[in-house]
Amino acid sequence: MPSLGADMEAGTLVEWLKRPGDHVKRGDVVAVVETQKGAIEVDIFEDGVIERWLVEPGTTVPVGTPLALIGDGEPAAAVPAPEAAAPAAAAERAAPPAPVQQPPVPALEPEPPARRPRASPAARRLAAEQRIALDELTGSGPDGAIVRSDVERAAAGVAQRSTAPKRLDLGEMRRAIAAAMARSKREIPHYYLSTTIDLTRALAWLEGANATRPPAQRLLLAALLLKAVARALGQAPEFNGFFTTEGFQPGAGIHVGTAIAIRGGGLVAPAIHETEKLSLDELMVRLRDLVARARSGALRSSELSDPTITVTNLGERGVETVFGVIYPPQVALVGFGAPVQRPWAAGGEIAVRRVLTATLAADHRASDGHRGALFLADIDRRLQNPEAL
Amino acid sequence: MTEGVREITYRDAVREAIRGALLTDPRVFLMGEDVGRYGGCYAVTKGLLDEFGPERIRDTPLSESAFVGAGIGAALGGMRPIVEIMTVNFSLLALDQIVNNAATIRHMSGGQFAVPLVIRMATGAGRQLAAQHSHSLEGWYAHIPGLKVVTPATLEDARFMLAAALADPNPVLIFEHVMLYNRSGVLPSGIGTVDIDSAVVRRPGTHVTLLTYGGTLFKTLDAAEVLAKDGIEAEVIDLRVLRPLDAETVLASVGKTRHAVIIDEGWRSGSLSAEISARIMEGAFWDLDAPVGRVCSAEVPIPYPHHLEEAALPQPAAIVAVAKATLGG
Repeated sequence: MPSLGADMEAGTLVEWLKRPGDHVKRGDVVAVVETQKGAIEVDIFEDGVIERWLVEPGTTVPVGTPLALIGDGEPAAAVPAPEAAAPAAAAERAAPPAPVQQPPVPALEPEPPARRPRASPAARRLAAEQRIALDELTGSGPDGAIVRSDVERAAAGVAQRSTAPKRLDLGEMRRAIAAAMARSKREIPHYYLSTTIDLTRALAWLEGANATRPPAQRLLLAALLLKAVARALGQAPEFNGFFTTEGFQPGAGIHVGTAIAIRGGGLVAPAIHETEKLSLDELMVRLRDLVARARSGALRSSELSDPTITVTNLGERGVETVFGVIYPPQVALVGFGAPVQRPWAAGGEIAVRRVLTATLAADHRASDGHRGALFLADIDRRLQNPEAL
Repeated sequence: MTEGVREITYRDAVREAIRGALLTDPRVFLMGEDVGRYGGCYAVTKGLLDEFGPERIRDTPLSESAFVGAGIGAALGGMRPIVEIMTVNFSLLALDQIVNNAATIRHMSGGQFAVPLVIRMATGAGRQLAAQHSHSLEGWYAHIPGLKVVTPATLEDARFMLAAALADPNPVLIFEHVMLYNRSGVLPSGIGTVDIDSAVVRRPGTHVTLLTYGGTLFKTLDAAEVLAKDGIEAEVIDLRVLRPLDAETVLASVGKTRHAVIIDEGWRSGSLSAEISARIMEGAFWDLDAPVGRVCSAEVPIPYPHHLEEAALPQPAAIVAVAKATLGG
C-alpha cells in the first residue's frame, strides 16, 4: 500500500486492474485504492509479471503492506500472506514501495518502446472512436485480450467518473490535511523569505506568445512560475527532496507539486513529473489535465507520492503574500500572490508596474536563509527572461 | 411432392429429387456405377431402373474418367445428365474431365458451348471405410473457377437443390455426406424450390458465428445447444454453396457477433476453412474481437477403428471448446 501523503496510515483496495500473469511495466496502473484523497490509481514502480495478489478488494491495510508479488515470470517460492507481518523479503519484492522509506523514482522517464496491448480489432476501433487508451484497460477476451465489451465498459466508466466526483470524501481529506499540517508545524522549523518580482517582461512575453495561440492553448502565468521554480531548483537541490529519519534526501527528480483547491473545500498538491524538462506548452497541458483529474478524484498514486516541493499560487484569490506551511516530508514551499500594479522604481524613475510577491517557506534543518535567498532571487532572474523558459 | 407433412430420410429426398427431374424433363438421365440394377451404393437410386428403364438409368463401366467424359459430351449435345460418382474418393480418377473439360469448355469455346452437367457424389467419413474411402475433398473442387459446388445438408436442400443444379447452364457438383443419408425428418410442405446461391442461418445467435456445411451442420447445431446452456448464443450458418461462397451472409453475421469459428471435415491446411477465414479477415477484420477459430479433421489419413475415426473428425465437444476459447472462456 503506497503512502499517498505523510499522514496516510492505511488505504482500502478498491479493485485490481491487472490479473496475475499480466506483464506490467513501470508506470502501468495496476489498482485503485480508496484514500483520504479520494480513489487513487496506483501505478507500479517495477517491471515484471504479477505473480499473485496479496490483498483482496475491499480490504483496508496499513501503508507499506505488500499488495502484490511482482516476479520475473519464473515460478516463485511461496510467500506468507501479508497478515503474517510481511517479511522483509516479501516487502522488497512487493510493489509499489512507500516513498517515505525509499527515495521516490521518477515515474516519467522516456519510456522504452511501449508494449502494444493485446486488443482485438473491434476493441481498437471503438477505443479510437471513444479516445480511450487501451493500455489502461484489462482484457476479458482470449488470453486476456481487450475486446470490444471491455472498451464499452471503460467508456461507460469514463462517463461515470467525469460526472460523479463522489470518489472524493471531503471530510476525510480535511482530516488528512489537518494531520499533515499539524505535523508540519510540530516538526519542521520553518523560515520564511519574501521578494517582490517585476512581472513586466513576463506578462509582455505571455501576451505576445498567446496572441497566436487559440484560447484552449493559451499559456497562463502559472506555467511560467512553475517552470521558473523548477529551473531554479536545478541550482538549489536542498529545496527539492524529503526530510526523513535519515536526514535530508534530495529528490531523484524535480517533481513540482501544484496545490489545487478542491471545490467544496480541501486541497491536493499532485506532482508534475520532471517539471523542468517540459516545454511551457507541455506544462500547460499537464497542468490542465492535473486540475481536471484532481477535482474528479482521478489522480495517480505517483502523482501524490512523488512531489519534491510544493508551489502554491493564491494570486487568483487576490492575496498578495503567501506564508506557506511545508507539506511533510518535503522541505520547501514556494508561494505566489496576485500580480498587482504598484509604483516601481526602475532605471532611476518611478513607474507603475505589475509586480508579484514570491515567498519561500523552507525547512531550516535542510537549508539556510542564505541559500533560500539565492533560490528566490534565481526565480526572479528567470522570470525576467521568460523567453528562456 | 405429395401434400402435407411426412417423415422421410435424406436418401428418400435425393431419390425424389432425381425422380422429379426424370419425370419433368426428358433430357435428364442418370448414369454411374451400380446406379441401376444394384440401386446405388447408398441405395439412393433403388427402383429407378424399373420405373425409367435402362435408357435413362444407365449402369456404367468402372471408369470414372470415361463416364464423366461421356456425361460432358451428352451435356454438350443438349442433354441434362446427372452423373453419379460413387464417392468423392473415386472422383480423383475423373479430375481431368471435371477440371480440364467440364470447368473450362465454356471459356475455351469463347462461350459457344456450355456444359449443363450435374455430378453427384458422396463425401465424408464416419462409416469406418478407412483412409482411402473417407475423404472430404469438396474444398478442392471449390478451388476451381467454372464449377459450382453445393453441399445439401438438410432434407429440403437434398430434395430441391438438384432441380436448381439442372437448371444451371454450367457444371454443378453436388456433395452428399455419407452420414446424412439415414437422417430422417419432416420435409416441410409448401417448399418447391431452393436457391443454390446463398448461405442460410440455421440458428440465429448473437455471441459467436459457427460456419459449417454438409455433414458437420448437425454436429454444429448440437454444439450450439450445448453452448446455449452456458448462456452463449451461437449463430449457425449453413454455407450450402462452397463455390461461389456467399461472403455477404458470412460477413453480416461475423460483423454482428464479432467471433467466428469454422467447422469443416476437410483438413485445415490449404483448405476451404482457410479460405473462409481469409475472407473474414479481408471483409470483417475491424469487427473481430478474436482470431477466427477452426475445427477441422486431424491432419492424418482417416483411421479405420471407430474410436480413432471419431477422434479424427470434428465433434461437438471440440466445437464447443473452440467457440468458448474464441470468446475468452
